[in-house]
Amino acid sequence: MKRKLEISELIFKIISYTLLAVFSLACLYPFVYAISSALSGYDPVMDGTVVLFPKELQFEAFSRMFNDNLFWNSYSNTLFLAFYGTLWALGVAILGGYALSKKRLLFRKTFNFFLVFTMWFSAGLVPQYLNYLATQRVFAKVGINDDKWLVVIAMGMAAMNIILLRNAFEGVPSEIEEAAIVDGATELQVLGKVYIPMTKSTIATVALFFAISRWNGYYWARQMIRDSNEHPLQVFIRLKLEEFQDPEQMAGWREAYASDSVIYALIVCSVIPILIIYPFIQKYFAKGTNAGGVKE
Amino acid sequence: MSAKAADYLIFDEATQTYKEDPEQVVRDDVEKHFWLHVGRTILKDWRLYLMLVPMLLVFLFWRYFPMYELLGCFKRYDEILPVSDRLFTGFSYFKQLLVGGSNISTEFWRALRNTFLLSFYGLCFGFPMPIILALFFNEVRSDVTRSVFQVMTYLPKFMSTVVMTSLTIMLVKGASSMNGMGVVSQALVNLGLITKEMGESGLLNQPGLFRAIYQITGIWEGAGYDSIVFFAAIIAISPTSYEAAQIDGAGKMAQMRYVVLPSILSTVVIMLITRIGHLLSVGYEKVLLLYNLNTYVTADVVSTFAQRYGILSNNKGIASAAEMMNNLIGMLLVIGANTIARKASNTSLY
Repeated sequence: MKRKLEISELIFKIISYTLLAVFSLACLYPFVYAISSALSGYDPVMDGTVVLFPKELQFEAFSRMFNDNLFWNSYSNTLFLAFYGTLWALGVAILGGYALSKKRLLFRKTFNFFLVFTMWFSAGLVPQYLNYLATQRVFAKVGINDDKWLVVIAMGMAAMNIILLRNAFEGVPSEIEEAAIVDGATELQVLGKVYIPMTKSTIATVALFFAISRWNGYYWARQMIRDSNEHPLQVFIRLKLEEFQDPEQMAGWREAYASDSVIYALIVCSVIPILIIYPFIQKYFAKGTNAGGVKE
Repeated sequence: MSAKAADYLIFDEATQTYKEDPEQVVRDDVEKHFWLHVGRTILKDWRLYLMLVPMLLVFLFWRYFPMYELLGCFKRYDEILPVSDRLFTGFSYFKQLLVGGSNISTEFWRALRNTFLLSFYGLCFGFPMPIILALFFNEVRSDVTRSVFQVMTYLPKFMSTVVMTSLTIMLVKGASSMNGMGVVSQALVNLGLITKEMGESGLLNQPGLFRAIYQITGIWEGAGYDSIVFFAAIIAISPTSYEAAQIDGAGKMAQMRYVVLPSILSTVVIMLITRIGHLLSVGYEKVLLLYNLNTYVTADVVSTFAQRYGILSNNKGIASAAEMMNNLIGMLLVIGANTIARKASNTSLY
């Protein structure tokens, strides 16, 4: 039997729904506004009369972006960094996390501390910068002159992700491993055929963390990638924003749309791919926070 | 028989005699030739140890070598000489930062204060928001409606820092000949919350507003996503707890007070302690992308201070000394917080 709502309960429910609705809409509004402004004509954007829907509809701001080779270039650079960066980091993390999950590993505690210490203390921006510069020189000597490989290999490793993987591997019952070894499996086969299939969802979560951090990476990419043709999307967006917000550089603007519309169009273009895959990755994201690295 | 000898002999029931314990002989051998034993084990199990190598190298090269570079804080900076060959100057950089009344030390103290204040306000305003959101989510009975709310509030988390700050800059910017006023500045002017001049010069050029903007964008970006942890703790509460409370005559507020709060308290405490542990680690990227010359007074944090002095200009020694101090205190806070969390809840964060 359904109980009747008490007054206090009813009031709380009403407040909850109202505030949730307000907050959710506030979260969403900047995106809607960005789309509308990207599609609006010069005057509405300059006068600030665009509120919710586009006014004096135009698509030139978007087409300007789509016709910009540097934009597509930066997009493909980002995909390159995201793909190879995730592959490299995930490979290193899986191997390392697997070895660390083995009780028979000598100096296991020392290795763990070696990892965890980097979560407590980081040397800071300047030593890191000097270090990357030195790496750049070493890479140049070996013949790697493309700074994208520097970003892929030297950056983006996170101790937390390795620990997430280690904990997942520790959760696999050791009997299964013993059975595989009795059947003559080598270490690598045990990892590939037993452990990885059994911890698929954690691996997906960690891969997602790596991919997102690669997709979003900005500062070091801007500092270390010297060739502007190699800049990833985030750097491209920021440079465009700096250029378009500078009144001196924009003094000769004679288009039918405002320069702001181009920035909005760029923001929308960079968010859309995330929106498309968002429904598929959302559950992994929620999982990742709950696992949260909290262990007994 | 001496105690030492007794370790090696065990009594054999079958023959009624003492004989040497083979395991103790092995243990003894391991103790005597420890590294030989280590080498043998690694050699036998080399595949497992090989797996560890890439990870160790990555951390050694790009996490620990920079720490070695920190020794440069105690030596005069030199672009060409390696750290070990530089002239030792002791604590002179630290002295310049901490005392002296020079420009750089004033700026350093300001940055330290700003770092602390940005985190502290985050603790006061940003921390409770996800908990409140989770409580509200719990009130929504229909799964579909709740999912819609949740999806909308998680969304900003998926923006990159650059996109988030770019949107913020566009929304709160001032007016110039070539740019219209941002929609948020416009709205605040229309509502009479700020003067027209403030709106026209741009909210991000007002030192008094930087902290507020930083916190509000932080809530916009993270509150929905951070509520996942708390919401998971709330839905784990068994319905019978609520029923029992209702039978005892508990109203909504009483249920909150005696059922929900105690159940999520441990999660809240852990999250709070973690947050306190990170009081001195303010992400440099967001500040770097939002601040400008006009807002250094309230916006400049230690890492952006180091970035400005060490990377944009060439005071590398003093800049790394500044960040090292900040990070060392930060490390003590994290370790302290982790120890407390372990004691409080038997869960360790790392």
